[in-house]
Amino acid sequence: MGQIFHRSANSIALLSIVGGGLLLAVIAVVWWLIVWSPYMTQQNVVIPQPVPFSHQHHVEGLGLDCRYCHTSVEDASFAGVPPTKTCMTCHSQVWTNAAILAPIRDSFANNTPIQWTRINDLPDYVYFDHSIHISKGVGCTTCHGPIGKMPITWKGESLKMSWCLNCHRHPEKYLRPADQVFNADYQPPANQTTLGEQLVKQNDINLSLLTSCSTCHR
Amino acid sequence: MEKSFNPDAIRQRFHQADDPGQWRSLEELAKTASFQDWLKYEFPAGADQWVDSVTRRGFLKLMAASLGLAGLTACVRYPEEKIVPYVDQPNGMTPGKPQFYASASLHDGFANGVLVESHEGRPTKIEGNPDHPASMGATDVFAQASVLDLYDPDRAQVITSGNQIKTWKAFASEMAHALNAQNGKQGAGLRILTGTITSPTMGDQIGQLLSAYPRATWHQYQPITRDNILHGAQLAYSRAVATRVDFSKADIILALDADFLSEGPDRVRYARDFAARRKVREDQTDMNRLYVAEPSPTLTGTMADHRLSISAAHIDGMARAVAAELGLAIDVPTDLPANAARWAKSVAADLKKANSGRAVVMAGRGQPAEVHALVHAINQALDAVGNCAIYTEPVEAAPALQSKSLQELVSAIKNGQVEVLVMLGVNPAYTAPADLNFSDVLANVPFKVYQGLYLDETAVLADWHVPATHPLETWSDARAFDGTVTIVQPLIEPLYSGKSEHELLALMLGQADATSHDIVKGYWQANTAADSDFEAFWRLSLHDGMVAHSALPQVDVTLQDELGGVSKAAPSASGQDLEIVFRPDPTIWDGGSSNNGWLQELPKPLTKVTWDNVAWVAPATASQMGLDNGELIELDYHGRKVQAPVWVMPGQATGTVTVFLGYGRQLSGRVGQGIGYNAYQLRTLDHPWFDSGLKIRSTGDQYTLATTQNHHTMEGRDLVRVEDLTAFTSGKIQPEEPQTGKPSLYNQFSYENGYAWGMSIDLSACTGCNACIAACVAENNIPVVGKEQVNIGREMQWLRVDDYFAGSPENPEIYHQAVPCMQCENAPCEVVCPVGATLHSDEGLNDMVYNRCIGTRYCSNNCPYKVRRFNFLQFADETTESLKMVRNPDVTVRSRGVMEKCNYCVQRITHSRIRAEEEGREVIDGEIQTACQQACPTQAITFGNINDDQSRVAGLKQQKHNYTLLAELNTRPRTTYLYKFRNANPEMANVDGAA
Repeated sequence: MGQIFHRSANSIALLSIVGGGLLLAVIAVVWWLIVWSPYMTQQNVVIPQPVPFSHQHHVEGLGLDCRYCHTSVEDASFAGVPPTKTCMTCHSQVWTNAAILAPIRDSFANNTPIQWTRINDLPDYVYFDHSIHISKGVGCTTCHGPIGKMPITWKGESLKMSWCLNCHRHPEKYLRPADQVFNADYQPPANQTTLGEQLVKQNDINLSLLTSCSTCHR
Repeated sequence: MEKSFNPDAIRQRFHQADDPGQWRSLEELAKTASFQDWLKYEFPAGADQWVDSVTRRGFLKLMAASLGLAGLTACVRYPEEKIVPYVDQPNGMTPGKPQFYASASLHDGFANGVLVESHEGRPTKIEGNPDHPASMGATDVFAQASVLDLYDPDRAQVITSGNQIKTWKAFASEMAHALNAQNGKQGAGLRILTGTITSPTMGDQIGQLLSAYPRATWHQYQPITRDNILHGAQLAYSRAVATRVDFSKADIILALDADFLSEGPDRVRYARDFAARRKVREDQTDMNRLYVAEPSPTLTGTMADHRLSISAAHIDGMARAVAAELGLAIDVPTDLPANAARWAKSVAADLKKANSGRAVVMAGRGQPAEVHALVHAINQALDAVGNCAIYTEPVEAAPALQSKSLQELVSAIKNGQVEVLVMLGVNPAYTAPADLNFSDVLANVPFKVYQGLYLDETAVLADWHVPATHPLETWSDARAFDGTVTIVQPLIEPLYSGKSEHELLALMLGQADATSHDIVKGYWQANTAADSDFEAFWRLSLHDGMVAHSALPQVDVTLQDELGGVSKAAPSASGQDLEIVFRPDPTIWDGGSSNNGWLQELPKPLTKVTWDNVAWVAPATASQMGLDNGELIELDYHGRKVQAPVWVMPGQATGTVTVFLGYGRQLSGRVGQGIGYNAYQLRTLDHPWFDSGLKIRSTGDQYTLATTQNHHTMEGRDLVRVEDLTAFTSGKIQPEEPQTGKPSLYNQFSYENGYAWGMSIDLSACTGCNACIAACVAENNIPVVGKEQVNIGREMQWLRVDDYFAGSPENPEIYHQAVPCMQCENAPCEVVCPVGATLHSDEGLNDMVYNRCIGTRYCSNNCPYKVRRFNFLQFADETTESLKMVRNPDVTVRSRGVMEKCNYCVQRITHSRIRAEEEGREVIDGEIQTACQQACPTQAITFGNINDDQSRVAGLKQQKHNYTLLAELNTRPRTTYLYKFRNANPEMANVDGAA
């Protein structure tokens, strides 16, 4: 019985195997790129807000402390978005007629809350707690990016689980001394790892607990 | 078809040499084939099969959608969400942090002190108020589930009159018009009908109304009346007094048809005090001893050291026999069964033997007033009065014999004397005794106003329906069992246009715009000494959840000679036919909680039936008549007929049939109406609790009952360890061999640095009341699945209470065992999960990660304790807006295809751990309470850090009667149990309790 396939079939078979593998690899890479693209993660994407609030102006320009507005960041899971009244403490005195602040004045006058669009949003099965991160020495900008440089707020990091785990597995790379947590211009020192390891010990951080599922999911 | 109740097979098992040991159902005892099936399969037949009806079109739609969505799951963009801050954030409120307010939950008019958890203004969970004498930090199923009532989408939402939506103003003018007509005749045609009222403010308002209309009358009626208790006190003392028992001082207790652990305004406190004397520790062995004589098993009966199963009519004879033994001049009926007489004699001897003032007798609210009067006399003879039986002024605003009160109202209506009838928070069209024909009679009233939460049976007959406010929506006040007043605070503005009783009464008093707040506060202001600081008093009372020193003082009582006419000669108890016994349903009570899915789905104690009421029939009666579980019988009580499914109840007195009130609602909402049978149709004015003259006959039809009795069975192993107290004191009980150190294939975890959470459940204290399950449901967003789903084994409750029976079906001992997730060290579930969705936490929990779970159910298959629950369908209601508000924001709402289970309330652990770490300290022992532990009236559940030798849970695990469930599997669970102890009277070894 003669050969069914021509000799060239060998090459075609080889090519299909290699080509198929390559195609899968390309698909995987493209998928990876899409998943991690700013389109999907919304990282570094500026989101319009009802009032173009500038962290750059308030934090870097005026030097307001984060906690002036985000009052519950040290003692609750939710950092707190300021009530309109907080805005009005200053803006009843300064920029009282600015057009861009009209929604604030309307909100205050009509007792209707402002609807801000959430920038740093975690899935509902993640139970993040601001207070413990602050207490253990995680700085605001570690997760929120260079907030002091944002004229309109964007998401500074991807907030994906693998990104969370970078720090939960190696917190020494990111921890700051307690007095630097709210410093928006903080730059890690050259001896970060040594300092970090010291802080891990000092702040009593239980490393193995940081990667237990129920620490964040429940 | 094979019968599930097979008396021959049961008899055979008892004739065989082997002791059948503990059994969970009569099917198990008889080893029926269907029971073997349940055992054999991980999930009962059908649980894992697609049996739900679905149209072809719907199926195609679903499939198309699933295929389309399957490809997209990897690249989902989070939907845009809004943050909506306050305009002006209220003082003291931090978004993300729950707040707790002290208030009261009301049950049959009486208060239990509670703390209500509020998330950003939404009440989500009710806990007991630890400082409140009725609660001591615990709650019951009704308090736990009441928060769901608040958000019930079926609540009446608008004021209506004759199917028309009306305004409060329109109602006010109609009411004024009707009352104007009454002015001339001093209110002769005005009647008010309420339930039991303990609210001082409301009592005062009605008082004002009665002085404005001197000839008006206030009637009170609620179906679970306490008439006999009141009347009995009147007979014995010729005045109304409230009695309560101090269980801390009671060594010997005799309960005559008295289910004090699950009924009455004092049940939560009673359970605490009673169980405190049941717990056995190395240094604490002074158990009390409980004797119970009752017609059908109750939770109190299951806790008894000696239980006599006897018809309700014979209880009177029992009381007489005990009284006579104690030297009271009273006749003992001659028809008392011989074993009952012997039982009474032995019990009386034991009561006499107790130290002076340390024995007490109680009678149930179903027993006639004469029995109560006798019991007062017995307690006097035992010197219990003033010691463990305490007397105070009555707690109710106006104690009344309610059956009589309702009867008077009905005859007044029939005589045409009633022109204006205002019904507040009652549902007489459904609950009134059948022989009053209330629904028909009501039509004779020209102007009928009804205020209630639902558009129910009475509402549709009334001319005006005003929706009521839920106790979480309004200001009010109420007294607890000992008289302690709690100011009821609202946690939320009324969701709908509801009006409170106070507002409606104020309207009748001409104060149309008065708010509940002003009325209640005004009352207390007027009744506080003028020179005291009222604002300080008010704030303190609100903060503490009770008005200081408002408990009623003790009163001295003098027994009437001749017991106010209790006849010396005993009546004959023997009647013809069967005896019918009425009891409120253990979960939906008198029917008022009928539309509450949490309560409907709670497996009812002892039968584990959900979503239905049954008629309990004694095994001997069933055997004689050839009846089977679920068989529909016709109950014929003096010509009134109702069809009900049979439940062959072990321990039920032969010749008695117990029926449960609360079902057969016609109008209660989508959840509760049209299910079960209506036992009120058999209930008459003269015999509200029991009577002879019942005939039953089989209809030959079978009714499907959804019972979880045989679900999650861990067959035939040494599950509940029961011993007599003497086994403990004599040192017969040896500590279990340590679980550590046995070889295992799996990696061992070490917990040296941190916490190791553990739990201990004391079976001597567990009364099987279900409060833990209700609390777990409320805390952990556990969905309601419905009767059909329960029937095929898809119930979702993470915690179950298994009931075990031991001994003969005529009068078995009954044990309860709460089974949450055991949090095994060598967890069989963890190793079989292909996607790592259930993993060991660093603190020893078997974490369940919902978002990873793909629903293989291998973990559940491999769990020897059967504590995992699978969402076969989308059980969580994500569409009804109001039901979203009841959810705990700290717990994920699980969706279809996900496994879930108890995690020791990990959200509470995390919360406390974070707070402790921020404060630079360790978690304090007792700081974390799991939801089940917190709700438990008897403190049977203890939770804590077993790494800390000083913690209470570690101490309990050191006890020699600590044991592990299925220890032979070497799973090394974190949850362990303490033996169930009985304190049997050695002299009663040969006294038979079966009747």
